[in-house]
Amino acid sequence: MKSVVFIEKNPISKQLRNVSLELAYKAYTLSNPLGGDVVGIFTGDSLPDNCDELFQFGMSRLLYYTDERLANLHSIAYKNILELMIKAEAPDIVLFGATHTGRDVAPLIASSLKTGMTADCTQLYIDEYKDKGKILYQMRPAFGGNILATIITPDHRPMMATVREGVMLLPDHRLDNPVRIEAFPINFNELWIKSEFLEIVPKVKKVDFNSANIIVSGGAGVGSEENFLLIRELARALGGEVGASRAAVDFGFVEKDHQVGQTGSVVRPKLYIACGISGQIQHRAGMEESQKIIAINKDPDAPIFNIAHMGIVGDLSEIIPVMLRYLKEEN
Amino acid sequence: MKKIVVLVKQVPDTANVTVDAMKADGTVNRAALPAIFNPEDLNALEMALSIKDKLDGEVIVITMGPPKAVEILKYSLYMGADRVMLITDRKFAAADTLATSYVLAETIKKIGDVDLVLAGRQAIDGDTAQVGPQVAEKITYNQVTYVSALKEITDEYLIVERDGEVQTEVIKTGYPVLLTVTAEVNSPRYPNCRKMLQYFRADLKDNFDEIDRPLAADNNWIIPTYTLEDLELDEDRCGLKGSPTKVHKIKSIMLKGGDLKMYGTEATDIRQLARDIMKDYVEVN
Repeated sequence: MKSVVFIEKNPISKQLRNVSLELAYKAYTLSNPLGGDVVGIFTGDSLPDNCDELFQFGMSRLLYYTDERLANLHSIAYKNILELMIKAEAPDIVLFGATHTGRDVAPLIASSLKTGMTADCTQLYIDEYKDKGKILYQMRPAFGGNILATIITPDHRPMMATVREGVMLLPDHRLDNPVRIEAFPINFNELWIKSEFLEIVPKVKKVDFNSANIIVSGGAGVGSEENFLLIRELARALGGEVGASRAAVDFGFVEKDHQVGQTGSVVRPKLYIACGISGQIQHRAGMEESQKIIAINKDPDAPIFNIAHMGIVGDLSEIIPVMLRYLKEEN
Repeated sequence: MKKIVVLVKQVPDTANVTVDAMKADGTVNRAALPAIFNPEDLNALEMALSIKDKLDGEVIVITMGPPKAVEILKYSLYMGADRVMLITDRKFAAADTLATSYVLAETIKKIGDVDLVLAGRQAIDGDTAQVGPQVAEKITYNQVTYVSALKEITDEYLIVERDGEVQTEVIKTGYPVLLTVTAEVNSPRYPNCRKMLQYFRADLKDNFDEIDRPLAADNNWIIPTYTLEDLELDEDRCGLKGSPTKVHKIKSIMLKGGDLKMYGTEATDIRQLARDIMKDYVEVN
C-alpha cells in the first residue's frame, strides 16, 4: 500500500506547510504497516527550506521538479508535473492538503486519471472491502457538517483524498528515515503556463490559531460588534487568540479570518472558551477536538453544553467583565 | 461579445438546519430543508451578468439536477440570464464530482465556443470544490480558483484577484478560462421586475398542459431540458456508474456527552472559573 503525498511550501516563509508534515506522517501510518513506502512530490521554484523534516515523519523519498517559472500556482503546469510523478510511482493512495493550492490542483489530477477523490477527510484508515482486499476508508463531514460520510474508491487507483491543515496529528517522537531527495526529470512545456501573475500581496496574518493554547470565541449571542470587544479583551487577558462562529462573522462582529468551523479553521487548543455560541454542528466540526471546552451561554439547552467540560448559563456581557476584573487583579 | 456559461446547483440550505430538519432518529430530514440557489453560484452569475453589461455577450446558465432544480433556473432568468438549460436524467443520479464534471463538460462542448465558464467555488451541501476544476480539466481550459475580485475585463483578457490563503494573487489570463468565485467577489443583484413579469410562468414543458403549451412556447416560458440521450453521453461515465467514489456509510453526527462542571453566575462563582482557567492553562512566569 504505497502512498504519495503532495508537499507544499508556504510561499512567504519558504518553509513546509504544516499539513505536508501531517500528511507525511498520516501516510506513514497507513502504508508502513503494510510494507508500503511514502513518497513526497513537490514542484515550485525551489524546495522548502526544511524538507529534511519530512523524513522524520516517515517519508521514504521526496521527488521534486523546480523551475523559477513555477514560483506561482500555474494550475496546468502543476497538474501535468505532479501527474507524471504520480504515474511514475503508481501509488495506491494519493494525499493532498486541502489548501487553496491542493484544492486547485488535486481535482485536475483526479479528473485526468479518472479516479475518485474525497475532499476534506477527517479520518483515513485501511480495511478490507468485500473481495477487493485492503482499501482506504475516507471519512468526511458533509451536508454542512450534519453528517459524517465514509467514502470509498473500491475499483480505481490511486485512491485520492484531501485533508485540511490541523486535522491529522503529528506524533511526539520522530523517526530517523534517511533523507532521500531526488530530482524528477520533466520536459517542461512553455504552453503549460497560461496565467500571468502581476502582483503578489502577502496577507497580514491576523490570526494564529496554531500556536494558541487558548482560544476565546464569540458567536451570534455576543450580539454586537461592540460587545465583541469583550471577547477580544478576554483573549488578550489570557494570552489567547480570538475565534468566532460563522454567525458572528456573518453578522459582521468580527473578520472572517477568525472563523472556526467546517468552513473556517480547524483548531485544537488546550482550552476553548465558547461565548454566545450555540454549538451548531458547523461550528463544532472545527473545535470539538479541543482538550477542554468552556461554554458561556444564556440558553441552558444550547447544544454547546453537550460537548463542554465547564459551563455557565448566563449573560456573557455580565460574566466576562467579572472575569476580566479578576484577571486584572491577579496581575 | 463573449459567450459565458455559469454552472449552478440547487442545494439544501445546510446553514439553516433547524430542529425540524432532524428526524427523531437523529438523521437529517432533507425534505424539511428549503432548497436554495447555492450561494457562491449566485456570485458567479452576478459576475457573468456584470461582464455582459460591460462587453456585451450571452449568459447561459446550466444546472444538472432533478426537475425541481428548474426553480434556480427561473431565478437566473429573473436576474438576467439569456438562456438556461436543465440537464436532467435519472441516469445522472448519485453522480460524484467526476461523473458530474463529465456531464457538465460535455454540455459546454455541445454549446461550443464558450469564452468563459464561471462557477461558485463550492456547493454548501458537499463543500468539495472539485467540480469546477474537473470541468476545466475536461474542456482543457485554463482555470483560476478562489477568485475574490474582478479587477479588469476586456475582450482579450481579464485580471482577477485570487485568494491564495497566505497571499493575494493578482492574475491576468486570456480566454478561454474557467473561474471559480468566492462570496467576496461581488454582491449578487436583485431579480429584475421586468424579467420577473416576463418569466413568472416559466417552467418545464411537462408542467404546462396541452392547451397552454403553444402560449408558453410563444412567450419563451418553456425551460429546456437535456437528457443523457440529447447530449449523446456515454452512460458508463454518468451517475452512479461513472462515479469512482461510493458512499459506504452515512452517520448523523451525534453530540457526545462529557463531564460538565457548571459554575453559577454569582461574582464568586465567575471568579472561581477565572481562577481555574489561570491555574490550569495560563503559564504564570
